[in-house]
Amino acid sequence: MSEHGFEAEKLAKRFGKTVALDGVSLAAPRGQVLGLLGPNGAGKTTVIRILATLLRSDRGRASVAGFDVAGQPGQVRGRIALSGQHTSVDEELTGLANLVMIGQLLDMPRRHATQRAAELLARFGLEDAARRPVASYSGGMRRRLDLAASLVGRPEVIFLDEPSVGLDPGKRDELWQLIRGLTAEGVTVLLTTQYLEEADALADGIIVLDHGRVIAAGTPAELKQQVGGRAVVVRLDDPADTEPAAAILASVADRSPERSTRHELVVPVTGDDDFFEITARLREHAIGVTELSLRLPSLDEAFLALTGAPATTTDFTKAA
Amino acid sequence: MTTAPARTQPGTRPLGWLRHSLVLARRSLAKTTRSPGPIVNGVVTPALFLVLFLYLFGGSVAGSTTDYLRYLFPGILVMGAGLAGMISTGTTINLDRRNGVTDRFRSLPISRLAPLLGSVLADIVRYLLAVAILFAIGALLGFRVHGSLAAALAAAGLAILFGFCVSWVTVFIGVLVKDANAVVAFSFITFLPLQLGTSLAAPTSTLPGWLRAWAEVNPVTQVMDACRALLNGTTIGGTVTTTLIWCVILFVVFCPLAVRSYSRQQ
Repeated sequence: MSEHGFEAEKLAKRFGKTVALDGVSLAAPRGQVLGLLGPNGAGKTTVIRILATLLRSDRGRASVAGFDVAGQPGQVRGRIALSGQHTSVDEELTGLANLVMIGQLLDMPRRHATQRAAELLARFGLEDAARRPVASYSGGMRRRLDLAASLVGRPEVIFLDEPSVGLDPGKRDELWQLIRGLTAEGVTVLLTTQYLEEADALADGIIVLDHGRVIAAGTPAELKQQVGGRAVVVRLDDPADTEPAAAILASVADRSPERSTRHELVVPVTGDDDFFEITARLREHAIGVTELSLRLPSLDEAFLALTGAPATTTDFTKAA
Repeated sequence: MTTAPARTQPGTRPLGWLRHSLVLARRSLAKTTRSPGPIVNGVVTPALFLVLFLYLFGGSVAGSTTDYLRYLFPGILVMGAGLAGMISTGTTINLDRRNGVTDRFRSLPISRLAPLLGSVLADIVRYLLAVAILFAIGALLGFRVHGSLAAALAAAGLAILFGFCVSWVTVFIGVLVKDANAVVAFSFITFLPLQLGTSLAAPTSTLPGWLRAWAEVNPVTQVMDACRALLNGTTIGGTVTTTLIWCVILFVVFCPLAVRSYSRQQ
Protein backbone atom coordinates (compact mmCIF):
# COMPACT_ATOMS: atom_id res chain seq x y z
CA MET A 1 0.00 0.00 0.00
CA SER A 2 1.42 3.33 -1.05
CA GLU A 3 1.97 5.86 1.70
CA HIS A 4 0.62 8.54 -0.61
CA GLY A 5 -3.06 9.15 -1.20
CA PHE A 6 -2.04 10.48 -4.58
CA GLU A 7 1.06 11.80 -6.25
CA ALA A 8 1.84 13.37 -9.60
CA GLU A 9 5.11 14.07 -11.33
CA LYS A 10 5.67 16.70 -13.99
CA LEU A 11 2.17 16.58 -15.45
CA ALA A 12 1.80 18.45 -18.72
CA LYS A 13 -1.33 19.01 -20.77
CA ARG A 14 -2.24 21.22 -23.71
CA PHE A 15 -5.62 21.98 -25.21
CA GLY A 16 -4.86 23.04 -28.75
CA LYS A 17 -2.57 26.01 -28.32
CA THR A 18 -3.47 26.61 -24.68
CA VAL A 19 -0.97 25.19 -22.22
CA ALA A 20 -3.13 24.02 -19.32
CA LEU A 21 -0.40 22.30 -17.28
CA ASP A 22 3.32 22.75 -17.60
CA GLY A 23 5.16 20.31 -15.34
CA VAL A 24 3.01 20.11 -12.22
CA SER A 25 4.21 17.84 -9.42
CA LEU A 26 2.32 17.28 -6.20
CA ALA A 27 1.70 14.66 -3.55
CA ALA A 28 -0.38 14.14 -0.43
CA PRO A 29 0.19 11.57 2.31
CA ARG A 30 -2.82 9.38 3.09
CA GLY A 31 -5.42 11.05 5.26
CA GLN A 32 -4.32 14.59 4.45
CA VAL A 33 -5.94 17.46 2.59
CA LEU A 34 -3.97 19.10 -0.18
CA GLY A 35 -5.27 22.47 -1.29
CA LEU A 36 -4.74 23.44 -4.90
CA LEU A 37 -4.97 27.20 -4.99
CA GLY A 38 -5.11 29.44 -8.03
CA PRO A 39 -7.22 31.75 -10.15
CA ASN A 40 -9.53 30.61 -12.96
CA GLY A 41 -7.56 28.99 -15.75
CA ALA A 42 -4.57 28.16 -13.55
CA GLY A 43 -5.01 24.45 -14.31
CA LYS A 44 -6.65 23.27 -11.09
CA THR A 45 -9.54 21.46 -12.75
CA THR A 46 -7.20 19.89 -15.29
CA VAL A 47 -5.09 18.38 -12.48
CA ILE A 48 -8.23 16.94 -10.90
CA ARG A 49 -9.48 15.54 -14.19
CA ILE A 50 -6.17 13.82 -14.86
CA LEU A 51 -6.01 12.30 -11.37
CA ALA A 52 -9.66 11.21 -11.62
CA THR A 53 -8.88 9.39 -14.93
CA LEU A 54 -11.21 11.64 -16.94
CA LEU A 55 -8.35 13.10 -18.93
CA ARG A 56 -4.97 11.81 -20.02
CA SER A 57 -1.92 13.93 -19.47
CA ASP A 58 0.39 14.55 -22.43
CA ARG A 59 3.46 14.01 -20.29
CA GLY A 60 4.32 13.08 -16.73
CA ARG A 61 2.84 10.39 -14.52
CA ALA A 62 0.41 10.20 -11.65
CA SER A 63 -0.83 7.58 -9.24
CA VAL A 64 -3.83 7.53 -6.96
CA ALA A 65 -4.20 5.16 -4.01
CA GLY A 66 -1.10 3.39 -5.30
CA PHE A 67 -2.37 2.80 -8.85
CA ASP A 68 -1.18 4.47 -12.03
CA VAL A 69 -3.93 6.66 -13.50
CA ALA A 70 -2.98 5.88 -17.10
CA GLY A 71 -2.15 2.17 -16.66
CA GLN A 72 -4.81 1.05 -14.17
CA PRO A 73 -7.68 3.53 -14.49
CA GLY A 74 -10.23 0.90 -13.43
CA GLN A 75 -8.45 0.31 -10.12
CA VAL A 76 -8.20 4.05 -9.57
CA ARG A 77 -11.92 4.60 -10.29
CA GLY A 78 -12.80 1.98 -7.72
CA ARG A 79 -11.08 4.03 -5.01
CA ILE A 80 -11.89 7.64 -5.80
CA ALA A 81 -14.81 10.02 -5.83
CA LEU A 82 -15.26 13.29 -7.60
CA SER A 83 -17.37 16.19 -6.48
CA GLY A 84 -17.63 19.88 -7.14
CA GLN A 85 -18.44 22.56 -9.62
CA HIS A 86 -18.25 20.43 -12.76
CA THR A 87 -19.74 17.27 -11.31
CA SER A 88 -23.34 16.79 -10.50
CA VAL A 89 -26.23 14.65 -9.45
CA ASP A 90 -29.32 14.09 -11.58
CA GLU A 91 -31.72 17.02 -11.24
CA GLU A 92 -34.82 15.06 -12.14
CA LEU A 93 -34.29 12.20 -9.72
CA THR A 94 -34.87 12.41 -5.97
CA GLY A 95 -31.92 12.69 -3.60
CA LEU A 96 -32.52 9.13 -2.45
CA ALA A 97 -32.76 7.76 -6.01
CA ASN A 98 -29.49 9.44 -6.92
CA LEU A 99 -27.61 7.83 -4.05
CA VAL A 100 -29.21 4.41 -4.50
CA MET A 101 -28.33 4.48 -8.20
CA ILE A 102 -24.69 5.20 -7.44
CA GLY A 103 -24.65 2.41 -4.85
CA GLN A 104 -26.00 -0.02 -7.44
CA LEU A 105 -23.44 1.14 -9.99
CA LEU A 106 -20.84 0.27 -7.35
CA ASP A 107 -22.22 -3.27 -7.26
CA MET A 108 -24.06 -2.96 -3.96
CA PRO A 109 -27.18 -5.09 -3.72
CA ARG A 110 -30.25 -2.83 -3.75
CA ARG A 111 -30.90 -3.34 -0.03
CA HIS A 112 -27.37 -2.26 0.90
CA ALA A 113 -27.48 0.66 -1.52
CA THR A 114 -30.70 1.90 0.07
CA GLN A 115 -29.26 1.47 3.55
CA ARG A 116 -26.09 3.34 2.65
CA ALA A 117 -28.12 6.12 0.99
CA ALA A 118 -30.24 6.52 4.12
CA GLU A 119 -27.10 6.69 6.30
CA LEU A 120 -25.61 9.43 4.15
CA LEU A 121 -28.82 11.43 3.84
CA ALA A 122 -29.09 11.42 7.62
CA ARG A 123 -25.47 12.39 8.09
CA PHE A 124 -25.83 15.31 5.66
CA GLY A 125 -29.15 16.51 7.06
CA LEU A 126 -31.14 15.67 3.94
CA GLU A 127 -33.62 13.13 5.35
CA ASP A 128 -36.59 15.43 4.87
CA ALA A 129 -35.67 16.16 1.28
CA ALA A 130 -34.79 12.54 0.43
CA ARG A 131 -37.89 11.93 -1.69
CA ARG A 132 -37.95 15.28 -3.46
CA PRO A 133 -36.41 15.80 -6.91
CA VAL A 134 -33.01 17.47 -6.70
CA ALA A 135 -34.30 20.30 -8.91
CA SER A 136 -36.19 21.60 -5.86
CA TYR A 137 -33.05 21.66 -3.65
CA SER A 138 -31.27 24.85 -2.58
CA GLY A 139 -27.64 25.40 -3.57
CA GLY A 140 -26.37 24.28 -0.18
CA MET A 141 -28.51 21.13 -0.15
CA ARG A 142 -27.36 20.26 -3.64
CA ARG A 143 -23.72 20.60 -2.66
CA ARG A 144 -24.28 18.39 0.38
CA LEU A 145 -26.03 15.76 -1.74
CA ASP A 146 -23.20 15.93 -4.24
CA LEU A 147 -20.70 15.29 -1.45
CA ALA A 148 -22.88 12.48 -0.11
CA ALA A 149 -22.98 10.97 -3.62
CA SER A 150 -19.21 10.84 -3.70
CA LEU A 151 -19.10 9.04 -0.34
CA VAL A 152 -21.45 6.18 -1.26
CA GLY A 153 -18.58 3.87 -2.16
CA ARG A 154 -16.34 4.78 0.80
CA PRO A 155 -13.56 6.17 -1.43
CA GLU A 156 -9.94 6.37 -0.32
CA VAL A 157 -9.33 9.60 -2.21
CA ILE A 158 -11.79 12.41 -2.86
CA PHE A 159 -11.39 15.18 -5.40
CA LEU A 160 -13.30 18.33 -4.56
CA ASP A 161 -13.34 20.89 -7.33
CA GLU A 162 -14.15 24.31 -5.87
CA PRO A 163 -16.67 22.84 -3.46
CA SER A 164 -17.89 26.10 -1.97
CA VAL A 165 -18.42 28.16 -5.13
CA GLY A 166 -21.76 29.91 -4.96
CA LEU A 167 -22.45 29.11 -1.30
CA ASP A 168 -23.15 31.83 1.24
CA PRO A 169 -20.74 31.97 4.22
CA GLY A 170 -23.00 30.03 6.61
CA LYS A 171 -23.47 27.16 4.16
CA ARG A 172 -19.79 27.25 3.35
CA ASP A 173 -18.81 26.76 7.00
CA GLU A 174 -21.23 23.86 7.17
CA LEU A 175 -19.57 22.28 4.13
CA TRP A 176 -16.12 22.82 5.64
CA GLN A 177 -17.22 20.91 8.74
CA LEU A 178 -18.28 18.00 6.54
CA ILE A 179 -14.98 18.03 4.65
CA ARG A 180 -13.01 18.04 7.90
CA GLY A 181 -15.07 15.05 8.98
CA LEU A 182 -13.85 13.11 5.93
CA THR A 183 -10.19 13.32 6.83
CA ALA A 184 -10.99 12.05 10.30
CA GLU A 185 -11.93 8.79 8.54
CA GLY A 186 -8.56 8.60 6.80
CA VAL A 187 -9.71 9.84 3.41
CA THR A 188 -7.16 11.76 1.35
CA VAL A 189 -8.61 14.93 -0.18
CA LEU A 190 -7.51 17.08 -3.08
CA LEU A 191 -9.33 20.37 -2.90
CA THR A 192 -9.20 23.15 -5.46
CA THR A 193 -10.12 26.64 -4.47
CA GLN A 194 -9.72 30.26 -5.43
CA TYR A 195 -9.73 31.34 -1.81
CA LEU A 196 -6.66 31.34 0.39
CA GLU A 197 -9.03 31.41 3.33
CA GLU A 198 -10.59 28.11 2.28
CA ALA A 199 -7.25 26.42 1.72
CA ASP A 200 -6.08 27.75 5.08
CA ALA A 201 -9.19 26.44 6.83
CA LEU A 202 -9.02 22.93 5.37
CA ALA A 203 -5.65 22.02 3.94
CA ASP A 204 -2.58 20.41 5.52
CA GLY A 205 -0.56 21.47 2.51
CA ILE A 206 -1.10 24.05 -0.20
CA ILE A 207 0.10 24.18 -3.79
CA VAL A 208 -0.32 27.47 -5.65
CA LEU A 209 -0.86 27.16 -9.38
CA ASP A 210 -0.65 29.88 -11.97
CA HIS A 211 -0.65 29.39 -15.74
CA GLY A 212 -0.26 25.65 -15.28
CA ARG A 213 2.85 25.92 -13.12
CA VAL A 214 3.43 25.46 -9.40
CA ILE A 215 4.53 28.86 -8.13
CA ALA A 216 4.55 28.06 -4.43
CA ALA A 217 4.11 25.05 -2.14
CA GLY A 218 4.13 24.46 1.57
CA THR A 219 2.04 24.31 4.69
CA PRO A 220 -0.49 27.12 5.14
CA ALA A 221 1.84 28.69 7.75
CA GLU A 222 4.85 28.58 5.44
CA LEU A 223 2.85 29.99 2.60
CA LYS A 224 1.50 32.85 4.65
CA GLN A 225 5.03 33.74 5.63
CA GLN A 226 6.07 33.58 2.00
CA VAL A 227 3.30 35.87 0.83
CA GLY A 228 4.05 38.47 3.46
CA GLY A 229 1.78 37.47 6.29
CA ARG A 230 -1.34 39.33 7.11
CA ALA A 231 -2.86 42.74 6.75
CA VAL A 232 -4.66 45.14 9.06
CA VAL A 233 -7.91 46.49 7.68
CA VAL A 234 -9.39 49.64 9.20
CA ARG A 235 -12.80 50.90 8.22
CA LEU A 236 -13.36 54.38 9.61
CA ASP A 237 -16.48 55.83 11.15
CA ASP A 238 -15.69 59.23 9.78
CA PRO A 239 -13.79 59.79 6.52
CA ALA A 240 -12.36 62.94 8.08
CA ASP A 241 -10.13 60.69 10.22
CA THR A 242 -8.47 59.23 7.14
CA GLU A 243 -5.25 61.22 7.33
CA PRO A 244 -4.46 60.72 11.06
CA ALA A 245 -5.42 57.04 10.79
CA ALA A 246 -3.21 56.59 7.73
CA ALA A 247 -0.35 58.22 9.59
CA ILE A 248 -0.73 55.77 12.50
CA LEU A 249 -0.79 52.76 10.16
CA ALA A 250 2.21 54.06 8.26
CA SER A 251 4.29 54.58 11.38
CA VAL A 252 3.52 51.16 12.88
CA ALA A 253 3.73 49.07 9.70
CA ASP A 254 6.55 51.07 8.23
CA ARG A 255 4.81 51.51 4.88
CA SER A 256 1.95 53.65 3.69
CA PRO A 257 -1.48 51.98 3.71
CA GLU A 258 -3.53 51.31 0.63
CA ARG A 259 -6.79 53.27 0.44
CA SER A 260 -9.18 50.80 -1.12
CA THR A 261 -12.28 52.93 -0.55
CA ARG A 262 -12.99 56.29 1.06
CA HIS A 263 -13.56 54.61 4.42
CA GLU A 264 -11.09 51.76 4.28
CA LEU A 265 -7.36 51.50 4.82
CA VAL A 266 -5.31 48.33 4.37
CA VAL A 267 -1.69 47.79 5.37
CA PRO A 268 0.39 44.59 5.50
CA VAL A 269 1.87 43.82 8.93
CA THR A 270 4.52 41.39 10.10
CA GLY A 271 3.02 40.18 13.36
CA ASP A 272 0.27 40.33 15.96
CA ASP A 273 2.07 43.09 17.84
CA ASP A 274 1.61 45.53 14.99
CA PHE A 275 -2.10 44.91 15.13
CA PHE A 276 -2.30 45.54 18.88
CA GLU A 277 -0.14 48.62 18.51
CA ILE A 278 -2.45 50.01 15.83
CA THR A 279 -5.50 49.29 17.97
CA ALA A 280 -3.99 51.09 20.95
CA ARG A 281 -2.97 54.14 18.96
CA LEU A 282 -6.33 54.48 17.25
CA ARG A 283 -7.93 54.49 20.68
CA GLU A 284 -5.40 57.00 21.99
CA HIS A 285 -6.36 59.37 19.18
CA ALA A 286 -10.06 58.64 19.64
CA ILE A 287 -10.48 57.53 16.01
CA GLY A 288 -13.76 55.67 15.63
CA VAL A 289 -13.83 52.50 13.51
CA THR A 290 -16.72 50.48 12.13
CA GLU A 291 -14.40 47.58 11.37
CA LEU A 292 -10.93 46.68 12.49
CA SER A 293 -9.43 43.35 11.53
CA LEU A 294 -6.30 41.34 11.04
CA ARG A 295 -6.81 39.21 7.98
CA LEU A 296 -5.02 36.81 5.66
CA PRO A 297 -3.90 38.23 2.36
CA SER A 298 -6.44 37.76 -0.42
CA LEU A 299 -5.50 35.54 -3.32
CA ASP A 300 -4.75 38.68 -5.33
CA GLU A 301 -2.36 39.95 -2.68
CA ALA A 302 -0.75 36.53 -2.38
CA PHE A 303 -0.20 36.42 -6.11
CA LEU A 304 1.24 39.85 -6.09
CA ALA A 305 3.69 38.72 -3.44
CA LEU A 306 4.55 35.43 -5.19
CA THR A 307 4.74 36.51 -8.79
CA GLY A 308 4.98 40.26 -8.68
CA ALA A 309 1.98 40.31 -10.99
CA PRO A 310 -1.75 40.34 -10.29
CA ALA A 311 -3.61 37.04 -10.53
CA THR A 312 -4.74 36.26 -14.04
CA THR A 313 -8.44 35.80 -14.27
CA THR A 314 -8.72 34.59 -17.84
CA ASP A 315 -11.45 31.99 -17.91
CA PHE A 316 -10.14 28.81 -19.47
CA THR A 317 -12.59 26.57 -17.66
CA LYS A 318 -14.48 25.92 -20.86
CA ALA A 319 -11.36 24.63 -22.54
CA ALA A 320 -10.75 22.30 -19.62
CA MET B 1 -28.10 1.31 13.42
CA THR B 2 -26.04 -1.11 11.40
CA THR B 3 -23.62 0.16 8.82
CA ALA B 4 -23.90 -0.97 5.23
CA PRO B 5 -21.01 -3.30 4.40
CA ALA B 6 -18.17 -2.01 2.27
CA ARG B 7 -18.64 -2.86 -1.38
CA THR B 8 -16.90 -5.70 -3.10
CA GLN B 9 -13.96 -4.92 -5.31
CA PRO B 10 -15.44 -3.32 -8.44
CA GLY B 11 -15.20 -5.07 -11.78
CA THR B 12 -14.89 -8.49 -10.22
CA ARG B 13 -18.51 -9.55 -10.72
CA PRO B 14 -19.45 -10.91 -14.13
CA LEU B 15 -21.81 -9.12 -16.55
CA GLY B 16 -21.27 -5.85 -14.73
CA TRP B 17 -21.75 -3.87 -17.92
CA LEU B 18 -25.21 -5.31 -18.44
CA ARG B 19 -26.30 -4.85 -14.81
CA HIS B 20 -25.02 -1.29 -14.77
CA SER B 21 -26.74 -0.58 -18.08
CA LEU B 22 -30.02 -1.79 -16.61
CA VAL B 23 -29.56 0.42 -13.53
CA LEU B 24 -29.00 3.39 -15.83
CA ALA B 25 -31.91 2.40 -18.07
CA ARG B 26 -34.13 2.53 -14.99
CA ARG B 27 -32.80 6.01 -14.28
CA SER B 28 -33.69 7.10 -17.80
CA LEU B 29 -37.21 5.68 -17.50
CA ALA B 30 -37.72 7.33 -14.10
CA LYS B 31 -36.90 10.61 -15.83
CA THR B 32 -39.40 9.87 -18.60
CA THR B 33 -42.23 9.59 -16.11
CA ARG B 34 -41.33 13.09 -14.91
CA SER B 35 -40.96 14.61 -18.35
CA PRO B 36 -42.85 12.46 -20.83
CA GLY B 37 -42.07 14.81 -23.73
CA PRO B 38 -40.12 12.31 -25.87
CA ILE B 39 -42.89 9.69 -25.65
CA VAL B 40 -45.55 12.23 -26.55
CA ASN B 41 -43.36 13.37 -29.40
CA GLY B 42 -42.81 9.79 -30.54
CA VAL B 43 -46.54 9.12 -30.64
CA VAL B 44 -48.09 12.43 -31.60
CA THR B 45 -45.91 13.19 -34.61
CA PRO B 46 -46.50 9.85 -36.39
CA ALA B 47 -50.18 9.90 -35.37
CA LEU B 48 -50.54 13.36 -36.92
CA PHE B 49 -48.89 12.21 -40.14
CA LEU B 50 -51.16 9.16 -40.14
CA VAL B 51 -54.35 11.17 -39.90
CA LEU B 52 -53.11 13.92 -42.20
CA PHE B 53 -51.93 11.65 -45.02
CA LEU B 54 -54.86 9.29 -44.62
CA TYR B 55 -57.56 11.88 -45.15
CA LEU B 56 -55.64 14.20 -47.47
CA PHE B 57 -54.32 11.64 -49.93
CA GLY B 58 -56.24 8.48 -49.13
CA GLY B 59 -58.82 9.04 -51.82
CA SER B 60 -56.45 10.07 -54.57
CA VAL B 61 -53.60 7.63 -53.92
CA ALA B 62 -55.47 4.43 -53.20
CA GLY B 63 -59.07 5.17 -54.12
CA SER B 64 -60.34 4.79 -50.56
CA THR B 65 -59.06 5.61 -47.08
CA THR B 66 -59.48 1.98 -45.97
CA ASP B 67 -57.13 0.72 -48.66
CA TYR B 68 -54.73 3.56 -48.06
CA LEU B 69 -54.65 2.86 -44.32
CA ARG B 70 -53.39 -0.64 -45.09
CA TYR B 71 -50.59 0.90 -47.09
CA LEU B 72 -49.79 3.83 -44.83
CA PHE B 73 -49.99 2.39 -41.31
CA PRO B 74 -46.89 0.12 -41.35
CA GLY B 75 -44.71 3.05 -42.40
CA ILE B 76 -46.13 5.21 -39.63
CA LEU B 77 -45.28 2.44 -37.17
CA VAL B 78 -41.65 2.50 -38.29
CA MET B 79 -41.63 6.28 -37.97
CA GLY B 80 -43.00 6.01 -34.42
CA ALA B 81 -40.41 3.44 -33.32
CA GLY B 82 -37.59 5.48 -34.74
CA LEU B 83 -38.70 8.87 -33.55
CA ALA B 84 -39.31 8.34 -29.83
CA GLY B 85 -35.62 7.73 -29.29
CA MET B 86 -34.11 9.58 -32.20
CA ILE B 87 -34.55 12.92 -30.53
CA SER B 88 -34.51 12.00 -26.85
CA THR B 89 -31.43 9.81 -26.45
CA GLY B 90 -28.98 12.14 -28.13
CA THR B 91 -30.20 15.16 -26.20
CA THR B 92 -30.27 13.47 -22.78
CA ILE B 93 -26.74 12.18 -23.22
CA ASN B 94 -25.67 15.64 -24.33
CA LEU B 95 -27.43 17.22 -21.34
CA ASP B 96 -25.75 14.80 -18.91
CA ARG B 97 -22.45 15.89 -20.25
CA ARG B 98 -23.13 19.58 -19.75
CA ASN B 99 -24.59 19.07 -16.27
CA GLY B 100 -21.58 17.13 -15.08
CA VAL B 101 -23.51 13.87 -14.64
CA THR B 102 -21.27 12.31 -17.29
CA ASP B 103 -18.17 13.20 -15.27
CA ARG B 104 -19.56 11.38 -12.27
CA PHE B 105 -20.35 8.29 -14.37
CA ARG B 106 -16.94 8.36 -15.98
CA SER B 107 -15.23 8.50 -12.60
CA LEU B 108 -17.09 5.37 -11.45
CA PRO B 109 -15.64 1.88 -11.96
CA ILE B 110 -18.26 0.99 -14.58
CA SER B 111 -17.99 0.14 -18.28
CA ARG B 112 -17.97 3.16 -20.57
CA LEU B 113 -20.68 1.38 -22.55
CA ALA B 114 -23.12 1.30 -19.62
CA PRO B 115 -24.38 4.92 -19.61
CA LEU B 116 -24.96 4.84 -23.37
CA LEU B 117 -26.48 1.37 -23.51
CA GLY B 118 -28.63 2.23 -20.51
CA SER B 119 -30.11 5.17 -22.33
CA VAL B 120 -30.75 3.17 -25.50
CA LEU B 121 -32.28 0.25 -23.57
CA ALA B 122 -34.68 2.69 -21.94
CA ASP B 123 -35.56 3.82 -25.45
CA ILE B 124 -36.67 0.30 -26.31
CA VAL B 125 -39.30 0.56 -23.60
CA ARG B 126 -40.36 3.91 -25.08
CA TYR B 127 -40.57 2.37 -28.58
CA LEU B 128 -42.71 -0.46 -27.24
CA LEU B 129 -45.06 2.06 -25.71
CA ALA B 130 -45.14 4.19 -28.86
CA VAL B 131 -45.78 1.13 -31.06
CA ALA B 132 -48.56 -0.11 -28.77
CA ILE B 133 -50.29 3.29 -28.77
CA LEU B 134 -49.94 3.57 -32.54
CA PHE B 135 -51.47 0.11 -33.01
CA ALA B 136 -54.40 1.25 -30.89
CA ILE B 137 -54.84 4.41 -32.95
CA GLY B 138 -54.53 2.40 -36.16
CA ALA B 139 -57.19 -0.03 -34.94
CA LEU B 140 -59.51 2.87 -34.12
CA LEU B 141 -59.10 4.20 -37.64
CA GLY B 142 -59.93 0.77 -39.03
CA PHE B 143 -56.54 -0.89 -39.55
CA ARG B 144 -56.57 -4.68 -39.33
CA VAL B 145 -53.60 -7.03 -39.37
CA HIS B 146 -53.84 -9.36 -42.35
CA GLY B 147 -50.80 -11.48 -41.67
CA SER B 148 -50.46 -13.92 -38.77
CA LEU B 149 -50.03 -12.72 -35.18
CA ALA B 150 -46.42 -13.88 -35.33
CA ALA B 151 -45.89 -11.79 -38.43
CA ALA B 152 -47.45 -8.74 -36.73
CA LEU B 153 -45.14 -9.19 -33.73
CA ALA B 154 -42.23 -9.60 -36.10
CA ALA B 155 -43.19 -6.30 -37.78
CA ALA B 156 -43.28 -4.50 -34.42
CA GLY B 157 -40.02 -6.18 -33.40
CA LEU B 158 -38.35 -5.21 -36.65
CA ALA B 159 -39.44 -1.57 -36.30
CA ILE B 160 -38.13 -1.48 -32.72
CA LEU B 161 -34.87 -3.22 -33.61
CA PHE B 162 -34.31 -0.67 -36.33
CA GLY B 163 -35.11 2.14 -33.87
CA PHE B 164 -32.55 0.67 -31.44
CA CYS B 165 -29.85 0.60 -34.10
CA VAL B 166 -30.61 4.11 -35.42
CA SER B 167 -30.44 5.36 -31.81
CA TRP B 168 -26.70 4.71 -31.83
CA VAL B 169 -26.28 7.31 -34.55
CA THR B 170 -27.93 9.96 -32.37
CA VAL B 171 -26.04 8.73 -29.32
CA PHE B 172 -22.82 9.22 -31.26
CA ILE B 173 -23.88 12.72 -32.29
CA GLY B 174 -24.99 13.48 -28.72
CA VAL B 175 -21.57 12.48 -27.40
CA LEU B 176 -19.70 14.28 -30.15
CA VAL B 177 -21.48 17.62 -30.36
CA LYS B 178 -21.14 20.19 -27.59
CA ASP B 179 -24.46 21.93 -27.97
CA ALA B 180 -27.78 20.20 -27.22
CA ASN B 181 -29.54 22.45 -29.71
CA ALA B 182 -27.28 21.10 -32.44
CA VAL B 183 -28.38 17.58 -31.56
CA VAL B 184 -32.05 18.54 -31.86
CA ALA B 185 -31.34 20.39 -35.10
CA PHE B 186 -29.56 17.34 -36.50
CA SER B 187 -32.47 15.08 -35.60
CA PHE B 188 -34.97 17.39 -37.27
CA ILE B 189 -32.91 17.94 -40.40
CA THR B 190 -32.39 14.21 -40.89
CA PHE B 191 -35.98 13.43 -39.98
CA LEU B 192 -37.44 14.79 -43.22
CA PRO B 193 -35.31 12.95 -45.82
CA LEU B 194 -34.96 9.79 -43.71
CA GLN B 195 -38.57 9.32 -42.66
CA LEU B 196 -40.51 11.05 -45.44
CA GLY B 197 -38.18 10.39 -48.37
CA THR B 198 -39.33 6.78 -48.34
CA SER B 199 -42.17 4.57 -49.44
CA LEU B 200 -44.15 5.93 -46.46
CA ALA B 201 -46.89 7.77 -48.37
CA ALA B 202 -46.69 6.15 -51.78
CA PRO B 203 -44.81 3.29 -53.52
CA THR B 204 -41.36 4.41 -54.66
CA SER B 205 -42.28 3.57 -58.27
CA THR B 206 -44.71 6.51 -58.27
CA LEU B 207 -42.11 9.05 -57.08
CA PRO B 208 -40.23 11.44 -59.41
CA GLY B 209 -36.78 10.19 -60.49
CA TRP B 210 -34.51 11.99 -58.01
CA LEU B 211 -36.74 11.25 -55.03
CA ARG B 212 -37.23 7.70 -56.19
CA ALA B 213 -33.47 7.18 -56.39
CA TRP B 214 -33.08 8.42 -52.81
CA ALA B 215 -36.09 6.55 -51.43
CA GLU B 216 -34.87 3.28 -52.90
CA VAL B 217 -31.46 3.46 -51.25
CA ASN B 218 -32.87 4.83 -47.99
CA PRO B 219 -32.79 1.98 -45.44
CA VAL B 220 -35.97 3.29 -43.81
CA THR B 221 -37.83 2.35 -47.03
CA GLN B 222 -36.66 -1.24 -46.58
CA VAL B 223 -37.93 -1.33 -42.99
CA MET B 224 -41.28 0.18 -44.02
CA ASP B 225 -41.66 -2.26 -46.92
CA ALA B 226 -40.79 -5.18 -44.68
CA CYS B 227 -43.30 -4.14 -42.02
CA ARG B 228 -45.95 -3.51 -44.68
CA ALA B 229 -45.49 -7.01 -46.09
CA LEU B 230 -45.55 -8.60 -42.62
CA LEU B 231 -48.67 -6.73 -41.48
CA ASN B 232 -50.61 -7.12 -44.71
CA GLY B 233 -49.61 -10.73 -45.33
CA THR B 234 -48.07 -9.99 -48.73
CA THR B 235 -44.80 -11.21 -50.24
CA ILE B 236 -41.87 -10.24 -48.05
CA GLY B 237 -39.13 -10.61 -50.63
CA GLY B 238 -35.68 -9.51 -49.51
CA THR B 239 -36.83 -6.54 -47.43
CA VAL B 240 -36.54 -8.21 -44.02
CA THR B 241 -33.02 -9.44 -44.77
CA THR B 242 -31.99 -6.01 -46.08
CA THR B 243 -33.41 -4.40 -42.94
CA LEU B 244 -31.48 -6.78 -40.70
CA ILE B 245 -28.28 -6.10 -42.64
CA TRP B 246 -28.81 -2.35 -42.18
CA CYS B 247 -29.43 -2.85 -38.46
CA VAL B 248 -26.15 -4.74 -38.11
CA ILE B 249 -24.25 -2.08 -40.09
CA LEU B 250 -25.65 0.82 -38.05
CA PHE B 251 -24.98 -0.93 -34.76
CA VAL B 252 -21.52 -2.22 -35.59
CA VAL B 253 -20.37 1.16 -36.89
CA PHE B 254 -21.99 3.64 -34.52
CA CYS B 255 -22.03 1.81 -31.18
CA PRO B 256 -18.21 1.48 -31.01
CA LEU B 257 -17.80 5.02 -32.35
CA ALA B 258 -20.09 6.39 -29.65
CA VAL B 259 -18.41 4.43 -26.83
CA ARG B 260 -14.98 5.41 -28.10
CA SER B 261 -15.67 9.13 -28.16
CA TYR B 262 -17.52 8.87 -24.83
CA SER B 263 -14.38 7.37 -23.26
CA ARG B 264 -12.17 10.01 -24.78
CA GLN B 265 -14.39 12.95 -23.98
CA GLN B 266 -12.60 15.82 -22.32
